[in-house]
Amino acid sequence: MSEQDVLNPKHMPHNPEKATLEGKNKFIGFWFFLGGESVLFASLFGTYLALNDSTNGGKGSEELFGLELVFIMTMLLLTSSLTSVYAMYHMKNNDFKKMMVWLGITVALGLGFLCFELYEFNHYIHEYEFTMRSSAFGSAFYTLVGFHGGHVVFGLLWFISLMVRNAKRGLNLYNAPKFYIASLYWHFIDVVWVFIFTVVYLMGVL
Amino acid sequence: MSTLVATNKKSFGATLWDYLTTVDHKKIAIMYLIAGGFFFLVGGLEALAIRWQLVQPMNDFVSAGFYNELITMHGTTMIFLAAMPLIFAFMNAVVPLQIGARDVAFPFLNSLGFWLFLFGGIMLNVGWFTGGAADAGWTAYAPLSTTSPGEGVDYYVLGLQISGAGTLMGGINFLVTIVNMRAPGMTYMRMPLFTWTAFVASALILFAFPALTVGLFLMMFDRLFGSGFFEANMGGNAVIWQHLFWIFGHPEVYILALPAFGVFSEIISTFSKKRLFGYTAMVFATVLIGFLGFMVWAHHMFTVGMGPAANSIFAVATMAIAVPTGIKIFNWLFTLWGGSIEINTPMLWALGFIPTFTLGGMTGVMVAAASADYQFHDTYFVVAHFHYVIVGGVVFALLAGLHYWWPKMFGTILDDKLGKITFWFFFIGFHLTFFIQHFLGLMGMPRRYWTYLENQGLDLGNLVSTIGAFLMGVGTIFLLINIVKTTMKNEKVGGDPWDARTLEWAIPSPPPFYNFKQLPLVRGLDPLWVEKTEGRKGMTPAEPIGDIHMPNNSFLPFVISVGLFIAGFGFIYQKNDLSWLTLVFIGMGIALGAMLTRSVKDDIGYHIHKEDLQKEAEES
Ligand code: HEM
Ligand SMILES: [Cu+2]
Repeated sequence: MSEQDVLNPKHMPHNPEKATLEGKNKFIGFWFFLGGESVLFASLFGTYLALNDSTNGGKGSEELFGLELVFIMTMLLLTSSLTSVYAMYHMKNNDFKKMMVWLGITVALGLGFLCFELYEFNHYIHEYEFTMRSSAFGSAFYTLVGFHGGHVVFGLLWFISLMVRNAKRGLNLYNAPKFYIASLYWHFIDVVWVFIFTVVYLMGVL
Repeated sequence: MSTLVATNKKSFGATLWDYLTTVDHKKIAIMYLIAGGFFFLVGGLEALAIRWQLVQPMNDFVSAGFYNELITMHGTTMIFLAAMPLIFAFMNAVVPLQIGARDVAFPFLNSLGFWLFLFGGIMLNVGWFTGGAADAGWTAYAPLSTTSPGEGVDYYVLGLQISGAGTLMGGINFLVTIVNMRAPGMTYMRMPLFTWTAFVASALILFAFPALTVGLFLMMFDRLFGSGFFEANMGGNAVIWQHLFWIFGHPEVYILALPAFGVFSEIISTFSKKRLFGYTAMVFATVLIGFLGFMVWAHHMFTVGMGPAANSIFAVATMAIAVPTGIKIFNWLFTLWGGSIEINTPMLWALGFIPTFTLGGMTGVMVAAASADYQFHDTYFVVAHFHYVIVGGVVFALLAGLHYWWPKMFGTILDDKLGKITFWFFFIGFHLTFFIQHFLGLMGMPRRYWTYLENQGLDLGNLVSTIGAFLMGVGTIFLLINIVKTTMKNEKVGGDPWDARTLEWAIPSPPPFYNFKQLPLVRGLDPLWVEKTEGRKGMTPAEPIGDIHMPNNSFLPFVISVGLFIAGFGFIYQKNDLSWLTLVFIGMGIALGAMLTRSVKDDIGYHIHKEDLQKEAEES
């Protein structure tokens, strides 16, 4: 396939993210990468579970966590996963504008999630003096949840830079795989959050 | 790209720039070979220094503290900076060629992986010059590591983190390459065994390295930012480090050993002039070993008090690995059986490997018996065991592969006589060094002690062991002479100097930068041999001559790695003085800026045109 065909394809295939060899490679490679990421988070979860009672005499999870806030955060993130599905749906129908709109909504929801998380951390630190240095539990909590938050930040930056970069170009066979794997990444972040919600927050207060 | 044939010699600057920016898997292979070879020599010198310290009782060649740095850096260097990158050198040089691909799946990432490894390796060794290298053992057990003063362990943590990221990229790259880029007809069950082992090793990298990443992050937080994961005072638990480390560390052994098995499978079948006996069983055994490799990490922790139930489970699971390994050993023997065997340097290494590795496997089953391990643990018995596996398996394979694939990589052939001299010095030296250590261990000589008393029955054994180590050093010198001599003579060999069987030998040595002018049509296992037995000289093409798509060179991988390298110093020294945080911002700025540049610049490569390929064919 020549450069022209990649950047300005005459026909958009139905699965533009897998139309070129480069796209296929990215697609499979990213799934592998997510396999590695799963081990990363599994290790962090294991560490958290080993240390979640080691409060060193300080505040423990029952006293800290409030489910209302976390429930809102969960809703925001779950919805953002859904909106990114819509975005990919429109990508497959080669409707660039609608894809961008849905991605924009996804980013907005993600930002909302992030603001709540920052509020939460700030609250713990200032209200309860609960930090990474308070206890092994504190270290494990901020590391696990913070790693996830870092992934959210990265995912948002990724979406935004893709959107800015391609705002004027429309879809082509070069950027379609990029949009696609960014949305895969976003789903992964969502799945990890479901585990955090269960293991850290639900199990922490119940 | 108009002229394909580089006619005039390039200037030094141009060559350097070419290597700094290359994304060609064959050049990256050469860089891995040089860098890994360099670190191998460094690790070897460290080993010699350790052995020199132990040559006689109550020696004071080095201080106790320096000794700790030596063993730590020897182990770390050998595993992460020598064995791993040398394996990657061969995977890069060979895997795309063996499956008939024009490149790896992600050429840019391939180069990034190399530079991350190199800068991570440099970072690790910077510690030597800034007041002391890491000294908590290559396993860096907490709380020894978390309380070790100075910056040595910080360099260990950040250096391994950077180079580990590079390794992970390499692993993913090979997985995708092998899944997606096989030539027409190259089914999974026709892949050469080296490619198979590279595939399984890459999968192990993918699932093992993230555990190390997490462990290193936790240790970094503990050392640099005051968290308490491993700090008992804060409710932390040092055994978590051991679990994370060995969840990575045990599979790491197979990440090294499986490709080594692959190398020997290629060599034994080529120089027995037979197809590999039990190919299917070999593939199956490879996958099974890879899988079991993940189930057994806690056999390194029998003595930390996991309890009898856990110990038994891990002991049994460990011993189970002996079964697929045994299958492999017998298949190699049956391949040799009745073959028309040619004994040259690569084959000598392969033949030396079989009994050596078997011995290492047998002591492995011994240490896997949990109750007996209480006796062996942290004695020289263990040192003897893992060097039999890791030198007798991995280093032998690296040296064998070096002689075997040298013609493909460089177009010249290493001298066989010098190669055999290297082998005999190294082989005899190796057994002198390590065989006797089994007995030193059984007599109670502990591992990682910098000296021992007179007349405890340890004097003679240690002397012999040191003599052996220096014989290996002599062997290495012959290898270096061989390399220099071969390079100076520069006598070119053809594409297939060994009358070999697999696809990499179907194209010229060294291969053109696009590898295959036309993708080959694979019609069976050992595809080149299939064609040869039917009287053809080379592969039947699977496609007409057409344009070839190539990736662009890029300087960004180098820049990203430099950025992270700079940021590493910032992280380390901010614990003394927060103004060092500026380095973190500068370094991360460089790295992230380069990544952003990468993602907003379209890089869709270029094409070599059909006409140019035809013109080249006419000229040559
Ligand atoms: C070929 C010549 C080699 C020699 C003479 C040698 C010698 C030694 C010696 C004397 C020790 C220290 C034992 C102690 O007192 O604890 C040691 C430890 C070690 N070696 Fe080697 N070695 C060699 C090659 C290798 C290779 C190729 C690898 C890995 C690929 C390796 C991995 C290790 C490791 C992991 C340790 C443990 C370090 C620690 O305790 O932290 N060695 N070696
Ligand atoms: Cu192990």
